Amino acid sequence: MGLYLLRRVLAMVPTVFLVSLVSFTIIQLPPGDFLDTVVANLSQQGQTIEPAQLAALRQRYALDQPMVVQYTTWITNIVTRGDFGQSMLYGKPVSELIGERLPLTLGLGVSVWLFGWAIALPAGIYSAVRKYSLGDYVLTSMAFVGIAVPGFLLALTVAFIQFRYFDKAVGGMFSPEYADAAWNLGKLLDFLDHLWLPVLVLSLGGIGGTIRVLRANLLDELRKPYVVTARSRGLSERRLLVAYPVRVALNPFIATVGWLIPALFDGEVLVSTVLGLETTGPLLLRSLESQDMYLAGSIIFIACVLTVIGTLISDILLVLVDPRVRAGYA
Amino acid sequence: MNDPVSDPASDPVRDPDRDEEIYVAPQYKLVWWRFRRNRLAVAGLVVLGFLYLLAAFCEFWAPHTQDHYRAVYSYAPPQRIHVSFDGGVHFFVYGYKSRPDPETLLRTFTVDRSTRVPLRFFPRGETYQLWGLFGTDRHFFGPVKPGDPMYLFGADEQGRDLFSRLIYGSRISMSVGLVGVFLSLALGVLLGGISGYLGGITDNLIQRFIEFFMSIPTLPLWLGLAAAIPSGWGPITSYFAITIILSLMGWTGLARVVRSRFFQIRSEDYVLAAELDGVRRMRIIRRHMLPAFTSHVIASLTLSIPGMILGETALSFLGLGLQPPVVSWGVLLNDAQNVRVLSTAPWLLLSGAAVVVAVMALNFVGDGLRDAADPYES
Repeated sequence: MGLYLLRRVLAMVPTVFLVSLVSFTIIQLPPGDFLDTVVANLSQQGQTIEPAQLAALRQRYALDQPMVVQYTTWITNIVTRGDFGQSMLYGKPVSELIGERLPLTLGLGVSVWLFGWAIALPAGIYSAVRKYSLGDYVLTSMAFVGIAVPGFLLALTVAFIQFRYFDKAVGGMFSPEYADAAWNLGKLLDFLDHLWLPVLVLSLGGIGGTIRVLRANLLDELRKPYVVTARSRGLSERRLLVAYPVRVALNPFIATVGWLIPALFDGEVLVSTVLGLETTGPLLLRSLESQDMYLAGSIIFIACVLTVIGTLISDILLVLVDPRVRAGYA
Repeated sequence: MNDPVSDPASDPVRDPDRDEEIYVAPQYKLVWWRFRRNRLAVAGLVVLGFLYLLAAFCEFWAPHTQDHYRAVYSYAPPQRIHVSFDGGVHFFVYGYKSRPDPETLLRTFTVDRSTRVPLRFFPRGETYQLWGLFGTDRHFFGPVKPGDPMYLFGADEQGRDLFSRLIYGSRISMSVGLVGVFLSLALGVLLGGISGYLGGITDNLIQRFIEFFMSIPTLPLWLGLAAAIPSGWGPITSYFAITIILSLMGWTGLARVVRSRFFQIRSEDYVLAAELDGVRRMRIIRRHMLPAFTSHVIASLTLSIPGMILGETALSFLGLGLQPPVVSWGVLLNDAQNVRVLSTAPWLLLSGAAVVVAVMALNFVGDGLRDAADPYES
């Protein structure tokens, strides 16, 4: 197990390296360098920047050096000092900006994951056990719709219905009266009241997919002889179902827990923009619109690194949960 | 995935009279017979055919051109088509009575039952160039008098007809998927084929590369690349740039399908026989192996189009994809970003409904094709 873990962590290094190259390329994509944009922005506001200050910045980002040196400076600053550069849009360090918003994104992700599984797993199991029943047809068609409707469209529709028929302005994480208040029960309830919609919208597509796959997997498992044997030995239906076939059918989901993270970042950009949530997605969008490239590149980099870590976690989980995998590596 | 529709027990092609026909039928016929059994897939195919027909001749189908605007009809609500039978069949819509709100300056519209706007098939309207080849002013359906208001799906802020714009938008939205898929096809078949045929270290490297691509979040990367498209590029250049960006992420799934089929087919006896006969490698791939998985490739191609359509919609919706005056469903949805605008004009969401219909149709067709792709099994 220890050796396996070590091997997996080492295998992450080249992936993270590739990811950092991609992010750095994105930072370099717009014409001109970072400082040109800063100077242009300042002169637009009628301000000028001291040549000495400009030189200092140029030194800091190694902008007058070849690309390789620029990249090395960039990645070294991140790894050794957690310095992702400066956001010229907000005039703050990038790490501070991302630090403010990342917890919310991840919290949203965890809620989406828990909620999605809480709905999809029982639904998928029911769908497989009561194959071709009315409930199965209802769940299967709902799963199809859930896959086909893009999340942001759903968010827009629900937001519109709430605004029009319940006279409730959707958006943000808090109602205005709680926005600056300290945490108390009222604020918590208000937070939950704002949270359920994005969680529902973000998890719907995943729920659809999970129901479909779980149903197919479980149907394959239920046909196997060991199920018949267990039943003939007089095991109760519930134990019979949960103890083995469901466990086996869940494996693919545990193996792909890591993919939930890229899915989160994909869905979240749109849904948060529509619902006005203060997560990393809208920050990325705004930074790209104003070509605040250190901020944008860093968000993309962090999203990718988190995905790589997620894949690692799901590999470890798989070893813990599945004795067959464990036997192969122990 | 298990699909109840493709249960082999309910095979209608089991008629003994037709056995003879089955033995000699070429593969595409066998695929088609099996595909036909899946009702949802056939329905999806009909819808798709309709959508692509709409996209190909959008200037003709649309009652107005895409930029035709009349500011007085800003946010005019959708009209219902009525039929009257006095002296032959006549189609008409009722006109609008409008009153500007003194505070918001938005007009509120009511149906004016005293004025009728007569409609007809093949009316004369604005002139257009069909495919840049020949000009005409005939449209499929529209008001008899070209200037009369006809807003079947309502109007947008500048009083442009949403119905016409949706039809125009289908051209871009439906073709982005097709063009992108062909780019993905080239990349996927090339890399997947190399991976599957050579195996060994090459395969391992390509597979790691694919896993890397699959594990990074798509949309942030798309956004990053799309943001780098210079705003000075013309509509056609940026259209292709967007398509290339979309297909850059879409080829990985296809490469995996091609690779696994390659592995499977490479161990077939007939490939070995061809090798022993001294047939050259490229010829084995082209003549003996490619035909065996064409149907699978087509199935996964179909299944990857929806992702591209949704990708274009997402990018344009966020304002980083195609830009007006280009019209696509995503660009149209960009107007609907604000809840306040939506509460005045909920019909702006109809472009989203178009996306959902197209995506579902493609998914059904793709599912049906995947189940029918291997007619020799079972």
